[in-house]
Amino acid sequence: MTENNAPARSAIDLLNDGEDINFKRPSQVKEILRRLKKNKGAMIGLFLLIFIILVVILADVIATYEVGVVQIPDNRLAHMSAEHPLGCDSYGRDVLSRLVHGARNSLLVAVAASISSCLFGCTLGAIAGYFGGKVDMLIMRALDIFMSIPDLLFTMVVVAALGSSIPVLIIAMTLAYFTNYVRLVRSGVLNLVDQEYVEAARAGGSSSARIIISHIIPNTLGIILVNVTLNVSSLVIYQSTLSFIGLSLPAPAPEWGSMLASARVDMLRAPLLVLFPALAIILTAFSVNLLGDGLRDAMDPRLRN
Amino acid sequence: MTEQRTPLLETVDLKKYFKVGDKSFLHAVDGINMKVYAGETVGVVGESGCGKSTLGRTILRLIEPTSGQILYNGDDITKYNPRQMKKMRQELQIIFQDPYASLDPRKSVVEIIAEYMIINKTLPTKREIYNRAARLMDVVGLARRYATAYPHELDGGRRQRIGIARALSVNPKFIVCDEPVSALDVSIQAQILNLLMDLQDDMNLTYMFVTHDLSVVKHISDNIMVMYLGQCLEFASSDELFEKPIHPYTQALLSAIPEPDIAMRNKEIKVIKGEVVSPIDPKPGCRFAARCEHCHERCLQEAPVLKEIEPGHMVACHLCDK
Amino acid sequence: MNNTEKMLDIKNLSVIYKTDLETVYAVNDVSLSLEKGATLGLVGETGAGKTTLALTLMRLLPERTGKVTNGSITFEGDSIVDLPEARMRKIRGDKIAMIFQDPMTSLNPVLTVGDQIAEALIVHNEKGLTKEQIDARVDETLTLVGIPPARKNDYPHQFSGGMRQRVVIAIALSCEPDLLIADEPTTALDVTIQAQVLMMIRDLRDRLGTSMIMITHDLGIVAQTCDNVAVMYAGEIIEVGTAEDIFTKSVHHPYTDGLFASLPNLKSKTARLQPIAGLMPDPTNLPKGCKFAPRCTKCMDICKEVPPEVFTDGTHSIRCHLYCQGKED
Repeated sequence: MTENNAPARSAIDLLNDGEDINFKRPSQVKEILRRLKKNKGAMIGLFLLIFIILVVILADVIATYEVGVVQIPDNRLAHMSAEHPLGCDSYGRDVLSRLVHGARNSLLVAVAASISSCLFGCTLGAIAGYFGGKVDMLIMRALDIFMSIPDLLFTMVVVAALGSSIPVLIIAMTLAYFTNYVRLVRSGVLNLVDQEYVEAARAGGSSSARIIISHIIPNTLGIILVNVTLNVSSLVIYQSTLSFIGLSLPAPAPEWGSMLASARVDMLRAPLLVLFPALAIILTAFSVNLLGDGLRDAMDPRLRN
Repeated sequence: MTEQRTPLLETVDLKKYFKVGDKSFLHAVDGINMKVYAGETVGVVGESGCGKSTLGRTILRLIEPTSGQILYNGDDITKYNPRQMKKMRQELQIIFQDPYASLDPRKSVVEIIAEYMIINKTLPTKREIYNRAARLMDVVGLARRYATAYPHELDGGRRQRIGIARALSVNPKFIVCDEPVSALDVSIQAQILNLLMDLQDDMNLTYMFVTHDLSVVKHISDNIMVMYLGQCLEFASSDELFEKPIHPYTQALLSAIPEPDIAMRNKEIKVIKGEVVSPIDPKPGCRFAARCEHCHERCLQEAPVLKEIEPGHMVACHLCDK
Repeated sequence: MNNTEKMLDIKNLSVIYKTDLETVYAVNDVSLSLEKGATLGLVGETGAGKTTLALTLMRLLPERTGKVTNGSITFEGDSIVDLPEARMRKIRGDKIAMIFQDPMTSLNPVLTVGDQIAEALIVHNEKGLTKEQIDARVDETLTLVGIPPARKNDYPHQFSGGMRQRVVIAIALSCEPDLLIADEPTTALDVTIQAQVLMMIRDLRDRLGTSMIMITHDLGIVAQTCDNVAVMYAGEIIEVGTAEDIFTKSVHHPYTDGLFASLPNLKSKTARLQPIAGLMPDPTNLPKGCKFAPRCTKCMDICKEVPPEVFTDGTHSIRCHLYCQGKED
């Protein structure tokens, strides 16, 4: 218990002539991965996600695009067979092909919109929270106006004005989903700005930018990440809502939401048609959520064991 | 006496008002004149809300003063631009009250201690910075095996040692200790107090020690300033203040300390009535008047000024004029 | 001690907190008793088990984790540990009341203080008081703690910290409990307010004849308010005696000595304090011998291996090998 006795050598001696330490700042990425590996749920999520990504990449190998879009009247509601492993839909299109190619469209839009809404919302939220005062006032009041317009109405206006394509969908969905992040990050930052360690950083001469980058962002990342993962799944579903009212990608482009929407008609005769896209959406949501929760825990040293 | 020396730090009529609502102001620090000489410790005591923590932070310009001067070696640092101030922050440091909140939970011990050195690039390479951080751990008595630990894994005393090492890392001359031991248990508190006193001797540090604990302030301070609602009511050397408290508030404060001695059980406690009044737009006159047993007409109208009653002993009370 | 009436008798009490990950040994083999009308000071540092002991007396341990593993608590003839919850609810608040440390969080912000005091009375309304009688009792209780009854319609946020703690005390006293447990009642208060509140507690105790357990880390408060003192360390009572035993005798447990040496002295100027080295042991992994041995300056070989017996000299008991051995030699 040397540490509690009075230092035998004077502080100055210890400082000028102390032992060296071989300290390397541990790589944050490695640390996080190490902790992530211990989390079973996150690993299941990761493997599912890798599987889904592989499907997206290998879509053409699994099934050709054509059978998913060309309508063959003879194959209407065909049952599962060697040729069509998951059967055909009411237009005689191969369900497997639509599912794997639809993954591209659905996930691309959902993930891209999720990331862009996060970046946009977080930046605004951080600015509002950190600088406060008039800036905060301006951003938050603008946001209030923005939020008073229903998401769907807003998306409809954007899509109607710019036409339906993947970039337009991403923009429209970003605008529908960024508001959460602004509020979330702003309140997170407001909490953190009052923390003494932020004051301590200023007492050491830290600039605002440095404080945001090295203290505030790492400490808000957890809540942001959980929100991103929740949003990926709700964006997939939001996109299906858009398909439902005909605002998503134009037919016959395969996409999970529109598959779900069109299968509704034949739900009683061919219930599997609803099941497959629904399962795909659930599986994606599930894996992303598992991984997101795991990442949040892995990034928080307070939770490591 | 010490008139010839330049104080290391001096405040001249320092004020910090916070705006509350539309037209009201909270007088957190209201005209403080204090001198701190190199190598000594000035204790600042007062109850919660008296502005002692704000004073400490205002002196470091962590909170910008409303008016007044802060002279460091005779130079007014309130006029410094951000770059000059950043440099000055290496001379003026702070140790925080809460060893839980003042350390970033996501950074390891060495990283926390190294942070100020990295910000100010006090050493050319990261390697040297981490080496110095490790030596600082020796200085504050923190075993090196904790270098890669995170704050939540350590107890309050060790966390406070991290805070001290961080403050020392940039070679400061003047350190504001803002209630550094009030969150700690007595046995740990004694360890930290000893450490702070040893460091002061070894490194010729000057402390401004802010606390509400009178026995701690007596133990560590050379001079003590008693604050009440943003103002200094009494300033004297530590021994003098405890032997001959003059201001009625100081007297009440001292008599209210529960002493660990049963012989004192039936001592007459000067219980002052009422509670601290609001610091928002205070009335003219003496701030303590509402609770003072000696309060008379003049106290309600005219604010008493701090006067030197005896060499080195200053009191702001109309009773002293009689 | 045998002649006077024991209102509370704790025998060999052990309490653990058990989670999936670990078991915290919070209270270990504690025996204590309290006479009617007396005040017991329970002193110790953070994590010594003081609050756990108090919660066990109130049967307010967290249900899922906290468990009494051994021992008994007899309060006015009832065994607290085995009492059915319905009976316990009657005792709690009515016979045993507790004041918590933080007056900010122990009051409900959306109820007026009058309502909060009345609530306790309504819950324990065995005498069948009418609404008017309860109202009168609320006024009476408020006057008792020095708050004008006119303020009973105010909300907690309209009171200052010291006044809030008075409200908390008023709630605790409203049912005229036989035993009052005060858990660090003045820690959150300023020293002048603390003096007011302590004087008030002392005065009320003497007037109402309430027995009291005063939990604190402040030896000063103990010296000023308590008849008996128990010093806790790592879940054990390591020293117990009358206030005179603890504050004036020269024979002490080394931990008690260490506590006194850690305090800055108000009367004389000391250059250095003599703190106790090291830290409180990990309550999930306590030393097998004396729990204080790793920090003790007088540690002997036996201390590391064998838990010490209690050495008793009249009213004064110390759990330390130092004295047990001395007796035998």
